[in-house]
Amino acid sequence: MAKLPAAVVGVGQTHHRAKREDLSMAGLCREAMDRALLDANMTLDDIDAIVVGKAPDLFEGVMMPELYLAEALGAVGKPLLRVHTAGSVGGSTAIVAATLVQAGVHKRVLTVAFEKQSESNAMWALSVPLPFNMPVHAGAGGYFAPHVRSYIRRSGAPTHVGAIVAAKDRQNALKNPYAHLHNEGTTVESVMASQMLWDPIRYDETCPSSDGACALVIVDEDTAKASPNPAWVHGSVMRSEATSASERDQVNPQAGRDAAAALWKQAGITNPLEQIDMAEIYVPFSWFEPMWLENLGFTPEGEGWKLTESGGTAMDGILPVNCSGGVLSSNPIGASGMLRFGEAALQVRGAAGEHQVDGVRRALGHAYGGGSQFFSMWVVGAEKPTN
Amino acid sequence: MFYFLTMPRTLSAPVTVAFDYTRSTGPVVGRFLTGLRDGVLVAGRTSAGDVVVPPLEFDPGTHEATADFVEVAPVGTVTSWSWVPEPVAGQPFDRPFAFALVTLDGATRPFFHAVDVASPAQMSTGMRVRVRWAEERVGHINDIACFEPLPAGDAAATAGAAANQSAVDEDPQREPTPVTGVITPVSLDYVYAASPEESAFYSALLEGKIVGQRCPTCQKVYVPPRSACPADGVAPTELVELPDTGTLTTFCIVNVPFLGQKITPPYVSAYVLLDGADIAFLHLILDIPADEVRMGMRVKAVWKPRDEWGTTIENIDHFRPTGEPDADYDTYKHHL
Repeated sequence: MAKLPAAVVGVGQTHHRAKREDLSMAGLCREAMDRALLDANMTLDDIDAIVVGKAPDLFEGVMMPELYLAEALGAVGKPLLRVHTAGSVGGSTAIVAATLVQAGVHKRVLTVAFEKQSESNAMWALSVPLPFNMPVHAGAGGYFAPHVRSYIRRSGAPTHVGAIVAAKDRQNALKNPYAHLHNEGTTVESVMASQMLWDPIRYDETCPSSDGACALVIVDEDTAKASPNPAWVHGSVMRSEATSASERDQVNPQAGRDAAAALWKQAGITNPLEQIDMAEIYVPFSWFEPMWLENLGFTPEGEGWKLTESGGTAMDGILPVNCSGGVLSSNPIGASGMLRFGEAALQVRGAAGEHQVDGVRRALGHAYGGGSQFFSMWVVGAEKPTN
Repeated sequence: MFYFLTMPRTLSAPVTVAFDYTRSTGPVVGRFLTGLRDGVLVAGRTSAGDVVVPPLEFDPGTHEATADFVEVAPVGTVTSWSWVPEPVAGQPFDRPFAFALVTLDGATRPFFHAVDVASPAQMSTGMRVRVRWAEERVGHINDIACFEPLPAGDAAATAGAAANQSAVDEDPQREPTPVTGVITPVSLDYVYAASPEESAFYSALLEGKIVGQRCPTCQKVYVPPRSACPADGVAPTELVELPDTGTLTTFCIVNVPFLGQKITPPYVSAYVLLDGADIAFLHLILDIPADEVRMGMRVKAVWKPRDEWGTTIENIDHFRPTGEPDADYDTYKHHL
C-alpha cells in the first residue's frame, strides 16, 4: 500500500544559546513546541501523538527524560514515543513522526527534539575512558579529524576549503535570529587564523555547544488543507551501518550513499544538483560539507570541494547549503537534525525570513550520527507529491 | 586493577562514570526551590483544583505553565510508606529509615521524602509528621533533611489542624534572588566486562603478544578480536598472532584539553594498521614531532617495561616511526 501524503504545517525553534539558564529541559521543549503550534494555528489539544528525540542520556544525566517530560510535552492521554539514533536523532525523530501520518495511524503528530548541553559536557560524555583501552579518544572532533584528513588526502582538496564552509555558514547565521553564533566579520582568513584544535580541524571550523530545541507539526492531507503553505514530504530514508567493519569507508560511508540513492528514487529525483533548490546538511565540522555533497550524490566522488570552492553552496549558488547557518552556528545536538529538516520545510514554505532563498520548490534535510553510522534524510516540496 | 569473573579468562574491571550536572530549574521548579531556601513549601494549583508540591511545570489539563502558587504547611499526613532496612550510598540516611508519601496540610497530592524513625513499628499510615529542615538551606530538595513524627500533644497532631496556608516566613536571612539552578552530582559504578574474545586479546598483551582473529567467511583479520564479524555476523574462531609493526593510516593532532583527559595535549592520536591485520586501531604516536607525522608512516610499538605490564593495550606505551620508507598510498587507502 502506498504511503498517505504528509505535510509539515508548523515549524518552531528556540533561540539557541550556549546556556539557556532561564529554562528547564521542559521549558526548552515548550518554547519550540509553542512556536510550532502557533505556526500551525493549532493547540496541543489538536495533537494525536507526540514523538520526542534527543541524543545520549549522559549528555544531561537524566535517564529517559521522556518519562518526566510527559506532562510538559502535552502527552497525557496520548501516545508518546522517544527516538534515539545519536546525532542523527533529530532527523530520525521527524521521520518517525511523518511515518505515523503516512501510515494512517495518526492525523496530527507533534515532534520535538532537544539538547541542553549547558547541563553537562558532551566532550566528557563522549570520551569516558574504558578499562583495557587506550585513552586517546578526544570527543567528536577527535573522532572525525582523522577522517577529514583522509578526505583531504583522497580528494586532493586545497586546505582552505573547510574555512570557506565555516565563513559561509557563519555569515548565513547573521540572517537567522535563532542562531547561537552571530560572529560578525568571519572570513576565510579569520577562520584559517583560528587555533588548530584537532589538527586538521580549526576552532572556527567546529560547531558550538548549544542549548536548544526544534519542533514540527506534521499532518495528513485533510488537515493540511487549512495551511496556506504546507511542506509536503516527498521522501524520507534512514540507514545505518556497523561502526567498525574492516575496510569500512569512513569518508564516504555506504549507508549514506544507499540512503541518498533511495531518497532520490522515492522523491522522483534523477539529478539532485539541478532538481534540489537548497539543502540543509548536517555539517558539525566544516569539511563535512564537501564530504556529504559527494556522499549524497550532488557531485561525483572527489569533487564536492570544487562545488564549495566555486561558491556553488553559497546563498546565491546553484545549491545553497545551510542558509540557516547550519550546525556550525547552532548545535543543540539532539535537535540539530530536526533543525535541518525544519529549515528545509521553512524554505519550501517561503517562511525562512531573511535567509529565505527565492523560489525553493524542493529542499533536502539531512542528519548523521554516531561514528558516521546513522543517516536520516528527507526531501520536502511545495507541491503535493504525485508518486 | 583486574579480576576474573566466573567464566575463566574473562576480564572485568571497575569503571566509575561521574559528573556534576548543572541543572537549570526554570521558573516553576525554581520557585519551589527558592521557597525551600527560605523555609517555606511552595505548591502549585492545577486547573483541576489540585494543590501539588513540588508544583508541576506545566498543567496536565491546559498545558499552560503553572502560575498559581500557594504556600502549604510543613506538617502533613503519611498516606503510604516503605521501610528501608539497608540504606545504600546516596540515600538520606546511613541507618534504616522510611520512605513515605506525605500529604502536606493544604496540599491534595502527596510529596515523597524520608521519615527519620528507628523502626518500622514507629511508622503507620495516617501518622502526622513535620519537616526537619537542614541546618544550612541553599535552594535544593535536601534543604528538607527529612520528615519526623510530630511530638505527642503538638497542636498540629490532628490532621488538618495546621493552617493550610502558613504565614510567610519572616527569616531576616531571606535572600531576594530566586534560585535558578541546582548542581546534581551523578556517580555510577559499573563493572566493565570484556568479551571472551577481547579477554584473549588483553591476556595475550600480558605476554607481550598481539592477537587478532580471522573471520572464516570473509577472511579478514580483526584486532582486537570480536564476538562476531561486523560484516558477516559469523563468530570468528581462528586466533592469529600479529607483529607489533604497522602502517599509520590517518591521524589527528589533539591540541584541545578537556575534562577527564588522560594524556596531556598536544598528542597524535592515530589509526595504526598492524601488518597482517585488516582493520586499524587508535593509538598514540610519539618520538617524532607532531608536525612531522605522515599518513603511510611505518611504525613500531614501544612497550612499557615488562614489570609494568597488565592485561591492557596500554602495555604498548606508544608507537614510534621505524625509519622505513612510507607505505605506498595504494596499500592502505581502502582502510581510510
